[in-house]
Amino acid sequence: MSYIAKPRISHPSIRKNKLGLTSRDYEGAVSTLCAGCGHDSVTAAIIQVVFDLDIEPHMLAKMSGIGCSSKTPAYFVQQSHGFNSVHGRMPSVTTGANTANRHLTYIGVSGDGDSLSIGVGQFVHAIRRNVNMCYIIENNGVYGLTKGQFSASADIGSKPKKGLPNQQEPIDPVSTALSLGATYIARSFSGDKAQLVPLIKGALLHKGFSLVDIISPCVTFNDHEGSTKSYAHTREFYNHVVDVDYIAPFEEITAEYEQGSSMPVVMHDGSKIMLRKIDADYDPTSRAGAFKYLRERFNAGEIVTGLLYIDDERKEMHDLMGNVDTPFAELPMESLRPPQGELEKILKRYR
Amino acid sequence: MAGTNDIVIKIATVNGTGSASANGLLRKAIFRMGVPVVGKNYFPSNIQGLPTWYEIRVTKDGYQSRSDRVDIMVAMNVQTYIQDMAAVAPGGWLIYDSTWPRGRQLDRDDITVIGVPLSRLCNERFDGVRTRILMKNIAYVGVIAALTNIDLEVIKGLLEETFAEKQHLIAANMEAIHLGYDYAVENFSGPTPPRVEKMDATRRHIVIDGNTASALGCVYAGATVGAWYPITPSTSLMDGFRAFCAEYRIDPESGKRTYAIIQAEDELAAIGMVFGASWMGARAFTPTSGPGISLMSEFIGYGYYAEIPAVIFNVQRTGPSTGMPTRTQQSDILSCAYASHGDTKHVLLFPADPHECFTMAPQAFDLADRLQTPVMVLSDLDIGMNDWMVPEFEWDESYVHDRGKVLSAEDIEGMEAFYRYLDVDGDGIPYRTLPGTHPKGSYFTRGSGHTKYGAYTENATDYQEVIDRLDVKWETARQLVPEPEIAYSKFNNAAILTVGSGNGACKEALDRLGEQNVGLNYCRVKAFPFSEAVREFIDKHEVVYVVEQNRDAQLRALLILDFDLRPDKLVSLLHYNGIPMNAGFVVDKVLEEISKGRAA
Repeated sequence: MSYIAKPRISHPSIRKNKLGLTSRDYEGAVSTLCAGCGHDSVTAAIIQVVFDLDIEPHMLAKMSGIGCSSKTPAYFVQQSHGFNSVHGRMPSVTTGANTANRHLTYIGVSGDGDSLSIGVGQFVHAIRRNVNMCYIIENNGVYGLTKGQFSASADIGSKPKKGLPNQQEPIDPVSTALSLGATYIARSFSGDKAQLVPLIKGALLHKGFSLVDIISPCVTFNDHEGSTKSYAHTREFYNHVVDVDYIAPFEEITAEYEQGSSMPVVMHDGSKIMLRKIDADYDPTSRAGAFKYLRERFNAGEIVTGLLYIDDERKEMHDLMGNVDTPFAELPMESLRPPQGELEKILKRYR
Repeated sequence: MAGTNDIVIKIATVNGTGSASANGLLRKAIFRMGVPVVGKNYFPSNIQGLPTWYEIRVTKDGYQSRSDRVDIMVAMNVQTYIQDMAAVAPGGWLIYDSTWPRGRQLDRDDITVIGVPLSRLCNERFDGVRTRILMKNIAYVGVIAALTNIDLEVIKGLLEETFAEKQHLIAANMEAIHLGYDYAVENFSGPTPPRVEKMDATRRHIVIDGNTASALGCVYAGATVGAWYPITPSTSLMDGFRAFCAEYRIDPESGKRTYAIIQAEDELAAIGMVFGASWMGARAFTPTSGPGISLMSEFIGYGYYAEIPAVIFNVQRTGPSTGMPTRTQQSDILSCAYASHGDTKHVLLFPADPHECFTMAPQAFDLADRLQTPVMVLSDLDIGMNDWMVPEFEWDESYVHDRGKVLSAEDIEGMEAFYRYLDVDGDGIPYRTLPGTHPKGSYFTRGSGHTKYGAYTENATDYQEVIDRLDVKWETARQLVPEPEIAYSKFNNAAILTVGSGNGACKEALDRLGEQNVGLNYCRVKAFPFSEAVREFIDKHEVVYVVEQNRDAQLRALLILDFDLRPDKLVSLLHYNGIPMNAGFVVDKVLEEISKGRAA
């Protein structure tokens, strides 16, 4: 989490959100990732999302594990609480934090090593529990900090800088999440901010587990010819299937939407996300349909992007557990103890 | 030798045949007669079919540990019959089911063997396979009641309480009691065992297991999040917490829960959830056993360095590796004290019995909050799963939980700037904020190198400053942990020092050694880091027998490391076969050491 302090001066006419904060207020330290790293573009998108959604900085919890991706929470929203945990264990920490206090917005930033290798167990179980969080995977198919080993998301035939091409089946986080019943599943590309920003907005507002798998090329170890996670390869095989527009609460829908290929989804805060299906036959509410489509396009070498699946009816973890709304830390200690005299009754059972 | 109210009854059965309720009935009846009693369960890592034993020690002196003899054996398991017969002390009694013939060679002439056709009696009277098996267990309780003079009215009273809602079962169970009782009275004419006679020595006492006591302690401590992965022998701790919470943790207005129990996918996740919840200010805990600690170790080091409270109950079992999951040991002392890579050390509490399991639970949460660090409570299978007679628990309604140095929104508002790891008070404990409290209170929690301001660092001086401050905090912990239990018998230069469940056997051994004019002083440590009182105690003696239940003398090693002691002064007496230690072991070992020439 290396960081360099950033000067805090901004132009007087810079735009402010409803809280009177500027986008500069949502920045973090200067990134120490490599110049051109896809992750920095994701960081920029997150800053814009949180600014646009008027989220109070201290009501955002930034969770991460270990790796290049997991360093990035230091680079956005300085005034938020961050928890840079141990490798692959961000989901469990987020589960515990969320259990104790549901009033914060939880954003987890992870990578393909953190989520699909060392942390694959926690990744799948957070989905099963439907933890209310936005889970971002900055997916580059490679281990950066240890200098270029393949990760579990590397495609068959993808070439490393040195050595032989990968021969093992990749783990695709999107189809994995689909099979486990995640309730909001999106894929995007760090180089496509226009698509990415509304997808992350929807993910933050969605009640339940939302996955945003972002192809985020590693310029140092996986951006060469023959790599399937390079900028060039991603641009060439990139395919928008369902794009999303974000419509704030009480905001009127001004754009024209084509009948049959558009689908509004109302979020819990009254805002809407409008799904724009580029492929009119695609049904993002059908798990089976989505799975079939994804496999077919994957076999054809395409990178399918957009909001690929949504289920806005399944209960999230808190509602499944039946917990009180009050953060546990705010419950008075007296209310957590059996009433006076009750101990005597309890002890009778042991005589 | 057995005597009035000094009798050991051991019941050998087959796992999964429902003998637990019959054994519990017998143990409770003796307790209700005002006679102190101990219940120990020796069970296999199995659901059905393997041998299991329950041992009831009737002890007028109120000793807590296992006895070293068996006076009455109820041999209900054909598989272990030979071994069970061999275990009976000379002059003792053996009861067996005489429904089926038994080889003549299976006999001893120095004990009294009593055959009762338990199966036949129950098969004649009851229908249904399961009922017959259950009633056969109740019937042997009747036999023992007849032989030892246990009050049938007390047994009836217990059945009435147990089956208050199923009246027909009271009559059926009483009938089974009488099948055994009457048969014994009518047919048995040999020498009778010593009697159980009414006393008044159990007033203001209860019989409870340590895991249930810890669970109740967690409820009183205000724990709200329990995350766990099921593991023997800790499972009943969460079962207990769940049961108490169902009763006492439902918000009357909303009907919702003021607690959360999360069954994690493994221990790595369980401890991650605990740290996440504690970071948010909830009191969170996880119950586990040795293998769980191994898996949690990386995270425990994180909690130490990032300074997040957590309470971990380690109900120790026999290691190494899977070891013997249903046997007891104290073999995780070192792995808990130094869990995780790097320079780490952790606060440990050592309850000696269920009473301390109850009192140490709120203490553990208070210490974890005060010190902002993981605190581990190390009980063991013997404490956690066996039935101990202990003084009634008390709760002081004026008790104020120590939530430690947590800043409120008002506190933060008034500050110029908040820095997470500054030692403002000089006790090595910084102030913390909870997420969502105030924008100025935000900080970045990390396991990577950080400065006292909470910023990332790779700077040698800044890194070391924080690591050194953690050592200041360690010395503060030494002041805050519970003091040892110390007892001086005479002006002796030798002493016994023990930990946790070693307490019962050692105290009984002190009595027995005293009868042989071997006087020893006594110290039982209750926590790590060891308080100065422990060092002073050791300093006063020439020889200290360190009694513990592991092979590698882990407590002794920890004492030497923590206090930089002269090793030859600490003599190890080690018991580590998985069965709880008894007083006989301690007496024999001490006498052996004395005869070797070490002065006592």
